[in-house]
Amino acid sequence: MATKVVDRRPLSWAEKTYIPQILSGLRITFRKMFNPVVTLEYPEQRPTIPDNYRGVPTLVKDPHGREKCVSCQLCEFVCPPKAIRITPGSIDEASGNEHIEKAPKDFEINMLRCIYCGLCQEVCPEEAIVLQDIFSANGYTRQEMVYNKKKLYELGGTLPDKHFKWDKKKKASEQAPSH
Amino acid sequence: MAEKEVSIADIANRSQLFEEELKGETMTINMGPSHPATHGVLRLKLEMDGEYITKCDPVIGYLHRGSEKIAENMTYTQFIPYTDRLDYLACVHNNVAFALAVEKLAKLDVPERCAAIRVLCCELARLASHLLGVGVYGMDCGALTVFMYTFTEREKIYSRLEELTGARLTNSYARIGGLARDIPDGWLGKVLETIESCERCIDDCDKLLTRNKIFYDRTVGVGVISKADAIAYGLSGPNARASGVTTDLRKDKPYSGYEKYEFDVPIGKEGDCYDRWLVRVVEMKESIRIIRQVVDTMPNGLWYNDEAKRIVAPRKDKVLTSMEELIQNFMIVTEGPQIPEGEAYFEAENPKGWLGFYLVSKGGGVPYRLKIRAPSFCNLSILPKLLVGHLVPDIPVILGSFDFVMGDCDR
Repeated sequence: MATKVVDRRPLSWAEKTYIPQILSGLRITFRKMFNPVVTLEYPEQRPTIPDNYRGVPTLVKDPHGREKCVSCQLCEFVCPPKAIRITPGSIDEASGNEHIEKAPKDFEINMLRCIYCGLCQEVCPEEAIVLQDIFSANGYTRQEMVYNKKKLYELGGTLPDKHFKWDKKKKASEQAPSH
Repeated sequence: MAEKEVSIADIANRSQLFEEELKGETMTINMGPSHPATHGVLRLKLEMDGEYITKCDPVIGYLHRGSEKIAENMTYTQFIPYTDRLDYLACVHNNVAFALAVEKLAKLDVPERCAAIRVLCCELARLASHLLGVGVYGMDCGALTVFMYTFTEREKIYSRLEELTGARLTNSYARIGGLARDIPDGWLGKVLETIESCERCIDDCDKLLTRNKIFYDRTVGVGVISKADAIAYGLSGPNARASGVTTDLRKDKPYSGYEKYEFDVPIGKEGDCYDRWLVRVVEMKESIRIIRQVVDTMPNGLWYNDEAKRIVAPRKDKVLTSMEELIQNFMIVTEGPQIPEGEAYFEAENPKGWLGFYLVSKGGGVPYRLKIRAPSFCNLSILPKLLVGHLVPDIPVILGSFDFVMGDCDR
């Protein structure tokens, strides 16, 4: 095993006079004065948020404005702090989603419980729940911090869909010969 | 009843007795649980004879959350965010240690790229943790400058981890049998830039403090732990190595491919606070050496084991397009990764010491029992012996040199 005993010498006579330390210390701190400023004046300046940042989880719609969540409750199941609560409901006839069986009647995320771990996004088979780059969720009351379905869709908006899973399925079933 | 005559000699004798009593009176003072020098919520009940400590009684448990019990009620994957909250200064390392423990139980291998990325983030976490430990230690000894410099560098490392994992502190990056995601494009180049500036910062801190007479006098000969004591009290990590114990799990029991990288293990001579400082400074430089080697030899391939169909969740694009993978995803999430029956103990060399997970599985996706060997808990066990005979102003210096985290100690 490659071990290395640390260099531990007693102080020399010159070092005991404090003078070399003061000089070298001043040199370092003086040099650091000209370094670029690293602090951020937060409310005015905003940090750059990298891709795949795990911020507030929200629900998203597909580019046709239809809700993607099919209320499978996988995110509710996996959520470690149990922040998500889904009430499944039936599909709204007018939504253009009739090929899907279920949609959430209500979808609540308790932002006071959420730990932003991103497991809900990871397990979602529809890419319906996405962690956005919002990092400062705030409110005055506890009730305000339980985001309901409306608020979640407001925050989430629309995300480009790579797969159009249900459209493909619909098309395939239409093209398939009838039995 | 005859009255007793009280003579002058009696009075003199009695006052002498009281004097003895006064001399022997100790004072109990309370340090913490919320005190800047105790780095969290550690409480010390101290018995003082004047300025000297005669007895120290650490009170822990103010941050107890029952992580071990929580683990029994959730799947292995769900517990990963909870491991972030153990040693919250090196979150990725805890994730990786937990994932490795479960993989040991499941006898599961991970691809080379996954192991290399794990080593890379472990060392970044170690660097971040030591930068904080070293900076705060300077502050405990009265040198505020070092803290500002190391925090700047730590911030850069956290930005890298943010780009990689999506979160700055609670990374939750490792998964059972893989990682949450692959490294982003161009990330390795940024890592190299970051560690370069870290290296300069470590040299600066070294120059500012190591040969500084004030710092030297403050730390040399304070809190001396002998090699025998370090072993007897189960110290691990840099604290044990500062006492001359040549142990480093990365060398002794290499995991995740540590045997492929070349690095030295710094060892102290005396085991005092100054040695613990020196060991940490050298260890950061060794971490940088490891990171450079990992970046140079980063293998290609997958970042998760795609053969373990009942443990590792499939990739997202496959879940969205293929029925079989969709079912697999549902099974793994609802039932948990299927780990065979058995027991396993795995220890990893965390920045604070050995972090061990002892897992008992009765099969299925939920652990039957999880025991966490927390490095900070074991390191702090020496306090009642170590602090006796020291002065009160030495406490911040000794506690700072231990570089413990109460989230880890109380878990």
